[in-house]
Amino acid sequence: MTGAAHGLRAWLLQRFTAVYLAGFILFVVIRFGVFNAPVGYQAWHAWLAEPFVNLAAALFVLSVVGHAWVGVRDVIMDYIRPAGMRVAVLAAAALALIACAAWGLRVLFLVTVNG
Amino acid sequence: MTGHQPPPKFLDLLRIRMPVGAVASFGHRFAGVVLFLVVPLGIYLLDLSVQGPDGYARAAALWHSVPVQLLSIAVVWSLAHHLFAGLRFLLIDLDMGVDRRRAHRSAWAVNLAAVVVVLGYLGALL
Repeated sequence: MTGAAHGLRAWLLQRFTAVYLAGFILFVVIRFGVFNAPVGYQAWHAWLAEPFVNLAAALFVLSVVGHAWVGVRDVIMDYIRPAGMRVAVLAAAALALIACAAWGLRVLFLVTVNG
Repeated sequence: MTGHQPPPKFLDLLRIRMPVGAVASFGHRFAGVVLFLVVPLGIYLLDLSVQGPDGYARAAALWHSVPVQLLSIAVVWSLAHHLFAGLRFLLIDLDMGVDRRRAHRSAWAVNLAAVVVVLGYLGALL
């Protein structure tokens, strides 16, 4: 893949995830602001275990991580000039985001398993 | 060796006057970094909140602690600004509001709307 195509792919990922993130946040704001908010352990756990909510939240976690990666990558490449340092910080950010994705997905999966 | 002069630097922060579009753009970037930094905290709270009634109570207590409440104000501003400025950029990508006057007005609208959301959040907190 050429550099230009790679850039286009990142640009598209950033924008598609942006639209999903905005939609999910709107969904949560309406769900908590307009309807009876699932407050308290039982209601909260049951809400997160609903298949639609669980799947949408898992997609949200993945979108956050993908979106954040494109964004911080741009920021790091703009401000950190020395090559070694740049690679080290990029790697640290990537590892942190991958760990967050694994952690978030694990939490959401366990919610569906533990009634 | 011609054409390899170092780029000019003008970094007197007290004298730089940024146009409103630059404030919206830099705010979008700054807010994005804040949101990146709080991702682990958000997942930690989610994790805690589903660890039985005790975990839920601990997550709620942590959420209502003063440091996290203060942080939540910064996060609400970041989320609102990043969302509004991001939508503005998406519309500009679609060739909407590109002309100078409307881009100027939408940048003001984005910066103000984020502050309005924070004021609403503060009102709900108090």
